[in-house]
Amino acid sequence: MSQQTKGINIVSALKDTVIAGLLSLIIFGPVVGVLLDGYDFTFQGADVAFIVSIVMAGRFAISIFSQTEFGEAFLYRQATKDDGVVVTAPGYKSRMRFIIPIMIVVGLLVPFIASKYVLTVVILGLIYVLLGLGLNIVVGLAGLLDLGFVGFYAIGAYGLALGYENLGLGFWSMLPLAAIMAAVAGAILGFPVLRMHGDYLAIVTLGFGEIIRLVLTNWTSFTHGPNGISAPLPTLFGLEFKRRSREGTPFHEFFGLPYDSAYKYIFIYLILLLVVLAVLYIKHRLTRMPIGRAWEALREDEIACRSLGLNHVLVKLSAFMLGASTGGLAGVFFATYQGFVNPSSFTFFESALILAIVVLGGMGSTIGVVIAAFVLTVLPEMLREFADYRVLMFGILMVVMMVWKPRGLVRVTRTGFATRKGSAK
Amino acid sequence: MDIILQQLVNGLTLGSVYGLIAIGYTMVYGIIGMINFAHGDVYMVSSYLTAIAIALLSYFGLESFPIIIFGTLIFTIVVTGAYGWVIERVAYRPLRNSSRLAVLISAIGMSLILQNYVQIAQGARQQGVPTMLTGAIRLDIGDGFVQITYMKLFILFVAFLGMGVLTYIIQKTKLGRMCRATQQDRKMASILGINTDRIISAVFVIGATMAALAGVLITLDYGAFDFYVGFIIGIKAFTAAVLGGIGSLPGAMLGGVILGLSEALFAGLISSDYKDVFSFSLLVIILIFRPSGLLGKPEVEKV
Amino acid sequence: MSQENILEVKNLVMHFGGIKALNDVTFDIKRGSVSALIGPNGAGKTTVFNCLTGFYKATGGSIMLHAGGKSTSVVKVLGQKFSAADFTSPVRLIERIKYKMFGGSHLVNRAGLARTFQNIRLFKEMSVVENLLVAQHMLANRSMVSGILNTASFKKAEEEALQRAFYWLEVVHLTEFSNRLAGELSYGQQRRLEIARAMCTNPEIICLDEPAAGLNPSETEALASMIRVLRDNHNTTVLLIEHDMGMVMNISDYIVVLDHGEVIAKGGPDDIKTNPKVIAAYLGAEEGEEVSL
Repeated sequence: MSQQTKGINIVSALKDTVIAGLLSLIIFGPVVGVLLDGYDFTFQGADVAFIVSIVMAGRFAISIFSQTEFGEAFLYRQATKDDGVVVTAPGYKSRMRFIIPIMIVVGLLVPFIASKYVLTVVILGLIYVLLGLGLNIVVGLAGLLDLGFVGFYAIGAYGLALGYENLGLGFWSMLPLAAIMAAVAGAILGFPVLRMHGDYLAIVTLGFGEIIRLVLTNWTSFTHGPNGISAPLPTLFGLEFKRRSREGTPFHEFFGLPYDSAYKYIFIYLILLLVVLAVLYIKHRLTRMPIGRAWEALREDEIACRSLGLNHVLVKLSAFMLGASTGGLAGVFFATYQGFVNPSSFTFFESALILAIVVLGGMGSTIGVVIAAFVLTVLPEMLREFADYRVLMFGILMVVMMVWKPRGLVRVTRTGFATRKGSAK
Repeated sequence: MDIILQQLVNGLTLGSVYGLIAIGYTMVYGIIGMINFAHGDVYMVSSYLTAIAIALLSYFGLESFPIIIFGTLIFTIVVTGAYGWVIERVAYRPLRNSSRLAVLISAIGMSLILQNYVQIAQGARQQGVPTMLTGAIRLDIGDGFVQITYMKLFILFVAFLGMGVLTYIIQKTKLGRMCRATQQDRKMASILGINTDRIISAVFVIGATMAALAGVLITLDYGAFDFYVGFIIGIKAFTAAVLGGIGSLPGAMLGGVILGLSEALFAGLISSDYKDVFSFSLLVIILIFRPSGLLGKPEVEKV
Repeated sequence: MSQENILEVKNLVMHFGGIKALNDVTFDIKRGSVSALIGPNGAGKTTVFNCLTGFYKATGGSIMLHAGGKSTSVVKVLGQKFSAADFTSPVRLIERIKYKMFGGSHLVNRAGLARTFQNIRLFKEMSVVENLLVAQHMLANRSMVSGILNTASFKKAEEEALQRAFYWLEVVHLTEFSNRLAGELSYGQQRRLEIARAMCTNPEIICLDEPAAGLNPSETEALASMIRVLRDNHNTTVLLIEHDMGMVMNISDYIVVLDHGEVIAKGGPDDIKTNPKVIAAYLGAEEGEEVSL
């Protein structure tokens, strides 16, 4: 560590700044500065000047910062970072355990204290928790990038709507059926592709999500195309939640209550909460089961896994199918919650949102996914004026997280095991 | 009969453009072994740049076709090339030693950024360019006829010229030699004094310029585009790259032409609503039965 | 079936594109022996290993593995190309499709052959014990239902797996590191862990790819005695690739010498030491280097 010229070199910082400014002028100048309007255009010089000056100011600040002692130390930490995975001591119990019962209690209380609007937002949040957990199994544990997760979501949602219309199947029969259907679709898609390099899976699933949407849009005789199709509400032992029921008594009449449309949301919420809790528990168990360990091992080294007798295709397929079926479940809830589905709910941006949840939240803990799902779905509801910037934020989030904390997806604490005597049989 | 011939003509021109975009996928895959998910959106940006260039040029009173087309090509290629460089610098280079998954996610993030950024800057509505080159050659066949517009001929000419120039650069120049060396063995190439980071940047820029060429040609021919066009065409160009054998330059061109032709035939004979479904199914089928593609070498796993 | 040979390699050929890496390689490995595959750099030793363990699909020839009470054709379980005869016999066709769909190198391991890798392949971000638990995947209770409900039988199976893991940790002297990450271990420890992991799959034959590379003399000595323990206490046949001639001559019962993709000699250590072809191959390959065999 012998530094000859200690001190800040302003000239080189200025040089960097000018280069960055010129480059941002080339990049942003035409696209931002020339707003197309028919075959004509309007000139937006101020916007370009604004962006370019921000880039230049940022570059200058970074240049100066990286030359300070603190900045050098920061860069060194970044270059040699090893935000290590930690193995917990055997028998270790987290001090944050008390959070789980509190969350369950709060979760059960929500429908009785929240307004109907808040309740619908929370339901949407929980649906994304479910989606995030499903994708977290695929991406976080097994290390498979699934960019068409929305396809399985659509299978679940349309499964409920079409099953009701064509076969008369209700919510309760479609809930397991949709999970199975999504898993089968995952198997058909995954089996041929999973034996190849991971990148192929990413692009094939990307295409798959888009194909599902195209079929839903174009096969109008079956799916009613862009007009969409209505989906049934769940029933409580045959009691319906509508104002009037074609057969039998509706829920409110049976209990002698005045009709309130909030009842159906409360009911959907409670079922959804139970399903989310079950999935959370299953996810927790999976990391302590042979199959969960095999997924993580495959993510680390596929060749070594094969040399140990693991059928890499089937092990990956199991993660892929399990993730898909969770997506299918979420779809059923989405359809029943909206009462209506159409193809525009299942675009690529939806897949991107779910991936953003996993990337932001998958910091080794399942709780992270839950929080991220709420942050990314509830926040935009509140900040509607920034709705246009949502996808941009997701994109920046993904790049920044991968550059800054690429380990974000790895489970960072691993369970320790008490030492045993050891025996061969 | 005339419908089939007409579709073949359309498919050939479309396919040659797929080939141009596929080059970007195949070269990046060859050199860093991963899919550049933002590539389709680089194409999308170049569509906007084409319209912007034409608008600017006509604002300055330049109306003649050769000047406009030449100016547009230069402008679009330079700016799109800069995009290619910046994308590599921002979303790929910091992740050189990270896991594949991290790089893929970063690439997806970059693709989202580009789409949304253009949407914010230019609005979500469809944009268009005026028709520049009119007229066609008409060939009478039996009862019907086949029409080959001058624009289609122009596309074919420029696309194959672009591929020819690129092949010359890769095969004959020093830059091309360094690219090929880096593709074969990055570590060895850097030991021999090649600045591999710079070569990887160069490959991204080359890929972007080819996408820019495709963007100009398609935009001039079709007229309309929006911020979402990069998505489907990206998947198709990737299919073309896999079909030809990913990593192989002539394979990308061949794959593009074959995909364009078969897709046009499918659209003409069976259904045009499902032509995207067809291309995608083709991708899955190739991956199952011949993952190394037509001209690619089968990958030997390093154990 | 008390086959004397555990492994029979006949006329093995391997081409990569136009390059002939292996040219007619034939040898047998006796059950319960420690055998070594040696040869100058580029002779094709690792290629033979990768063919035996199912990571490369051999271009021609046959590899028969007699373990677990049955005979397995390594070439067949990887999934061969369809031949005309398949379409006349449905049974053969179904078998061919089965191996095409579900075949692969994992079946070689399940047939009783385990291996290690020249450049160690551990699950670096998993703990040492977890590495050994993954290796017992095929022996574990893989039922989803009992795992999620954490039933008594599941707990018992997991406890057995842990017992086995700690047994092997003791054999390779890594017990105190059981809750460390595999990637944190020293080079020599990682090599030993990889052997323990391979042994956790209960193989009848274990193939070690340069196990002594990068070890110091005392570690090499410890490795040699560990290999003897594998053979004597666990009835495991050992096949290794090694450049450390001292160790090879010391522990091997049988040696196969490869050069330019062909077997140039096979026999006991004493035969090999004096074989003029072997001496020529080594001296010719590495000019000026003193080779004492």
